[in-house]
Amino acid sequence: MSVKESKSIQQVLFSKRWWILTALILVIFTLWTAEFQEANTTAVLAGTLRHSTPLVLGAMCGLLCERSGVINIGIEGQMLMSAWGGFMVASTSGSLLLGLFAGIAIGMMMGGVLAGISVGLRGDQIIAGTVINIAAIGITSFFFSLGRTLPSGKTQVIKLGPLADIPVAGRVLFSNKPITFLTLLLIPTVWFLLFRTKWGLRTRAVGEHPSAAETVGVSVIGMRYLNVIMGGGIAGLAGAYLSLEAVGSFERGMTNGKGFVALAVMIFGRWNPVGAWGAALLFGYASAVQTQFQFRDWLTDDPQFIGIIPFVVTIVVLAGFVGRARPPASIGQPYSRE
Amino acid sequence: MSSNTLALEATSISKTFGNVKANDQINLEIKKGRIHALLGENGAGKSTLVNILFGLYKADSGTVKVNGEVVDLGRPKDAIDQGIGMVHQHFQLVPVLTVAENIVLGKEPANRANVIDIEEAKKKVKELAENYQLDVDTEATVEDLPVGTQQRVEILRSLYRKADILILDEPTAVLTPQETDHLLQVLKNLASQGVAIIFITHKLREVLEVADEVTVMRNGQVVGSTTPSETDESGLAEMMVGRSVVLRVAKEESSPGETILKVNNLCVHDDRDLLAVNDLSLEVKSGEILGIAGVEGNGQRELVETITGLRNAKTGEILISDTSIIEFSPRQISELGVAHIPEDREKHGLIGAHSVADNLILNRYYKTPFSNKGIRQQKAIANYATEMVEKFDIRTPDIDTPSSSLSGGNKQKAIAAREFSHDAKLLVASQPTRGIDVGSIEFVHQQLIQQRDQGLAVLLVSAELDEILSLSDRIAVIYRGRLIVTENSAELDRNRIGRIMTTGSDST
Ligand SMILES: Nc1ncnc2c1ncn2[C@@H]1O[C@H](COP(=O)(O)OP(=O)(O)OP(=O)(O)O)[C@@H](O)[C@H]1O
Ligand SMILES: [Mg+2]
Repeated sequence: MSVKESKSIQQVLFSKRWWILTALILVIFTLWTAEFQEANTTAVLAGTLRHSTPLVLGAMCGLLCERSGVINIGIEGQMLMSAWGGFMVASTSGSLLLGLFAGIAIGMMMGGVLAGISVGLRGDQIIAGTVINIAAIGITSFFFSLGRTLPSGKTQVIKLGPLADIPVAGRVLFSNKPITFLTLLLIPTVWFLLFRTKWGLRTRAVGEHPSAAETVGVSVIGMRYLNVIMGGGIAGLAGAYLSLEAVGSFERGMTNGKGFVALAVMIFGRWNPVGAWGAALLFGYASAVQTQFQFRDWLTDDPQFIGIIPFVVTIVVLAGFVGRARPPASIGQPYSRE
Repeated sequence: MSSNTLALEATSISKTFGNVKANDQINLEIKKGRIHALLGENGAGKSTLVNILFGLYKADSGTVKVNGEVVDLGRPKDAIDQGIGMVHQHFQLVPVLTVAENIVLGKEPANRANVIDIEEAKKKVKELAENYQLDVDTEATVEDLPVGTQQRVEILRSLYRKADILILDEPTAVLTPQETDHLLQVLKNLASQGVAIIFITHKLREVLEVADEVTVMRNGQVVGSTTPSETDESGLAEMMVGRSVVLRVAKEESSPGETILKVNNLCVHDDRDLLAVNDLSLEVKSGEILGIAGVEGNGQRELVETITGLRNAKTGEILISDTSIIEFSPRQISELGVAHIPEDREKHGLIGAHSVADNLILNRYYKTPFSNKGIRQQKAIANYATEMVEKFDIRTPDIDTPSSSLSGGNKQKAIAAREFSHDAKLLVASQPTRGIDVGSIEFVHQQLIQQRDQGLAVLLVSAELDEILSLSDRIAVIYRGRLIVTENSAELDRNRIGRIMTTGSDST
C-alpha cells in the first residue's frame, strides 16, 4: 500500500525554496551588518548562540511537559527560582558545580510543585503555572541580598582543541562555556529520547490520548510526573545558565520574559527539540543583530524600535513559514480514569 | 481442550453513574477455552461490566476472581498483569501515531537501552496481520484510516498482547462479512488453545456461530443465560429486548420520483493525496434507496465526505436538485436539505462534551424555534430533545447528560434521531446502524423505509451486506473508487456482489 516516493534533488530544492531563500537573505544580511569582517560575523553568530541557549532550554522544558499533556506556563518562574538558588549556593559554597546542581534540583522541585497541583490534585494547569511565576518573583526578591558575588567568577570558556581555531564556525561552536555545550548535547539527546525510545513513544501517547496509553498498561499519572519534573530540571539548567554563565550574578526578575518567549519558541518549533532549536536560533539571531546595530550606532535615535526587532523578525518569519502547528491533543486536561 | 475450570468469576458487581444503575449485582462465570457471548440492548451495561473487568472503571461493589483468586483490578495494568486483554468498543488508538506504534505501545520491542526497534515492530505487526488475515498498512497514521481499518488495528493490538482472557467489545461492528468470518475463526482457534473469551456483539448470527455460552443483560442486570443449541436468532432477540423483533423489515416496491442527487465524473483524493474516487457517476432519485456495497477503503468515505462538503473534489460535478454544490460549505449543503449520518460517530457525529439535547439540535440550533434573534430558547430545545429521546428510545439519564457518557449504541441512536428529523431531501447514511441493538435496528430501518416512502432519497453506505440487501432498491458495487455495476437489488445476489466487491469484475 504505502509507496515510498523518492524525490529528485530538483523537487526537494523546489519544495524547500522558501527556506533556502530565507537562509540566503539571512546570510547576506549577516555579512552586511558585520560589514564583511570576520570578527564581526563571529560576534553575531556567537551572540545568536548565547541568546538562544536559555530559550531552547526553556522550550525543551515546555515540550517535555506538553508532550505528556501538561501545559507549563511556569517556565519563567522555574527559571527564575533556579537562577536565584543556583547563584546563592554557588556564592555561599564557592563552587559553580554545586550551584549548577542546586539550580537543576530547584527546577525539578518546581516541576514537582506543578505536577503535584496539576497532575496529582488535578488542578488547573494554567493557574498552577501562574502561581509558580508569582511565587518565584516573591521568593527570589524576598530572600535576595545585595552585594553577593561569585567567588570564583562566571563559568569559563572551554576550547575544544584545534576545532576551536577554525575561523567563524569553529569559534562559534567549539569555543563555549560549559552550560552552552551541555545544551548543544541536550538538544539531540532529547530529540532521540522523544522519538526513538520507549519512554518517548509513551510520552507522546500519554499526551495525545491518555486513556489509550492507560489501556496498554502505561501509567498516565506516572509519566506526567516524570516528564514535568524532568522538564523542571531543564528549566533549572536555563536558570543556572543565566546567573552562573551569562551574567555572573543574580538580579531581580533577571529572566525578563525569557520563559514566555521559550513557550513561543516551543510552539514555533512544533513541540520538537530540533525545531525549537531552530526557532531559538532565529530569535537569538535577531537579538544579536540588534546588538550589532547598537555597536554601529545605527538607528539609535529610536532605541525602542531596535528593541522590538527580535520580536518582529521572529513573528514574521516563523508565522509565515512554520504554518499551522498542532499541540498534543490532551494538554490542559487533568486525567482521571472514568 | 475442554478443561472447564473457571478463568474468571465476577460476583455481585454493581456500578452506578449518577442515578443510573449501569450494573446491578451482576454475576458472571467465564470458563477457560470457551467463548462467552454477552448480549443486551444498548445501554444494558455490557461495556460497563467489561470495563470493570479490565480495570478501567472501578466497581462500587463486588469481587472478581481470576483463576480462582480474588484480584484487585484498580487499573488496566492490573488486568494486563492477570493476563486479561481487551478490544474496546470506543477504540483506544492514538490518532497521531502509526499503526505499528499503536499496536506495540506498552510492549515495544526494544534493546537494553530502551531504544525501540521500529523495524522489528513493523515486522511483528505484519506477521500478526498476516496470521490473522487482518490487513493493515503498518506505516499509516491511524487518524487517516477509515473506521473499519481502525477496528482491525484495535483487534490486532489486543492479539499482539497474547491474553489468557480476551474481552472483545463489539469487535465486528464495522468489519466486512469476510473479515468477520476470519475473526470468528481466530476466536475459535484461540479458544481451542485454552483462551477464555468474552464476546460482545449485536449480531446474533455471530453468537450462534461461535458462542459456547450466552449471557443476556437488560437494564444493568443479568436476565438470562442460554446456549446457541437451545435457541435461535429470534429467541435471542426476544431475550434481549423482551418482545419479539422483526429481523427483516417489510418494504413495498419503491416509486422513484425526480432526481435528487446527481454525481458526474467525480474524482476525489484521499488524505494521502492518492486518487480515491475515480471518475464516479451516480444518481439517486426521490423515494429510493441506493446502497453502496464494497470493501471498506474503496473510496466510500471520500465519496460521502465530498457529497456532504467535508472534502474537496478534484474534478467532476455534484448536483443536488440541479444545484451544483462543489463550492458549498457543509452548512450550505445541509441547508439544501442533505442529512448525514457519518461513519465515525465520535469524530464527526457528536460533540462529546455537549449535552444530549444540544447534540440533537446540532444541525438546527441557530434556527427557530431553537434560537430567537441569536438567543437560545431553552424550553423549545428541552421539549424537542425530550420528544426525540422518547421516540428514538435513547437511553440516557436525562437530556443534559454529556453525550460522551452515552453507551455506544445510544450515541448512534442520537445521531440517527437528529438526522432523520432534518426534513431532508437526501440522506447520506454511512454505517447507520453501527453498534445498534436488534430492537433499535428494526426501528431505524422502519424509519428509513417510511421516509423513503415519503419521498426521501437515500444514499446508504454500509459494510453490512445484509443491511444493503434488505434496504436498498438499487445497489451499486464500488471497487477502487469506481462503481462496477449499478442494478436493481432484485438482480444482484449475495455471491455476485461479494465477487465484484473483492475482484472488481463481474465475470465468473
Ligand atoms: N462514563 C460514564 N458516565 C456516565 N454514565 C455512563 C458512563 N458509561 C456508561 N454510562 C451509562 O451506563 C449505562 C450502560 O452503558 P454501557 O456503555 O455499559 O452500555 P452497553 O450495554 O455497552 O450498550 P451498547 O450496546 O450501546 O454499547 C448507560 O445508560 C450509560 O449512559
Ligand atoms: Mg457498549
